[in-house]
Amino acid sequence: MKRWPLIPLVLFLVLSLLFYRALFQENKTDIPSALINKPLPEFRLSTVLNPGRIVTEKDIQGQVFLLNIWGSWCVACRVEHPYLMELAEQGVTIYGVNYKDGQDDARQWLKRMDDPYVLSVADKEGRLGIDLGVYGAPETFLIDHEGRIRYKHIGVVDERVWREELQPRYRELQKGAG
Amino acid sequence: MLKLVGSAVCLLFLPLLIVSASASVIDNYQFEHPDQQARFLQLTSELRCPQCQNQSIADSNAFISEDLRREVYRMINEGRDDQSIINFMLARYGEFVLYKPRLKAETLLLWFGPLILFLLALMVLGVLLKKHRHSDAEAAGLNQAQQAELDKILGGKQ
Repeated sequence: MKRWPLIPLVLFLVLSLLFYRALFQENKTDIPSALINKPLPEFRLSTVLNPGRIVTEKDIQGQVFLLNIWGSWCVACRVEHPYLMELAEQGVTIYGVNYKDGQDDARQWLKRMDDPYVLSVADKEGRLGIDLGVYGAPETFLIDHEGRIRYKHIGVVDERVWREELQPRYRELQKGAG
Repeated sequence: MLKLVGSAVCLLFLPLLIVSASASVIDNYQFEHPDQQARFLQLTSELRCPQCQNQSIADSNAFISEDLRREVYRMINEGRDDQSIINFMLARYGEFVLYKPRLKAETLLLWFGPLILFLLALMVLGVLLKKHRHSDAEAAGLNQAQQAELDKILGGKQ
């Protein structure tokens, strides 16, 4: 009989540990992308700055780049924006997907805050977003020179994220491409 | 009096409960056949909103759920079957979108974990009961010396 009273205590401790981990786990809302190592989905969309110009996935592939999902309605994108500018100045290639946004709002946003993107395609309906498995903004994909999705970061890209998650992979892919 | 006030307050809040329980999103989707609508309702209640995670896309007001409902509607109208619609979601959002996970190696524990826990609990209960009954019997029975003592006290009055 003496061993039994310890069992609830042990169970309690194990459960506490689990709950504690779940409570303070970082990025607990992230879901793993189903699209890693899959090719970029097909699209035909106009660009934000030039509604007459149609861009497809074939037009932007052939290089290693970041594909950043943003919207003028997205507060976190505003937080992220200065760091994307910094990356662009360092020579990192960034394309944008303007996700579920008004074209005028998006254009003004880029004018007022500067434009880190080579170009942004206007995904007004969010169809490209769905094909990319996007469920919010900002999200950032790393695309290799063959147009395959190699990594996805959900949330703001800041210096830590770039240094720890994206840059090592970006460099690796560039080496492989060169 | 206090009791009365209490129940009055409860009654006041009752409609709130009912309203929040039945609140789900209503779109203006028109279907040609009632069974298409039934499939729509079934599918959207089985797919999980990737953003909010605790709601199905039928219940959620999030942007993404709205879009995903629209996609389900489109695909139903295109005549695609349930499995192909589910595969569409799986290819984009992964296992995560399924409220009913598929049966495979990674989900075995998820499916049968509760059963295993239940069997374990039954076993523990069985062991405990057995022990209990055993010690009861022991407590009720007297050993020979005690029986002799008892007989002496009772002085053969039995």
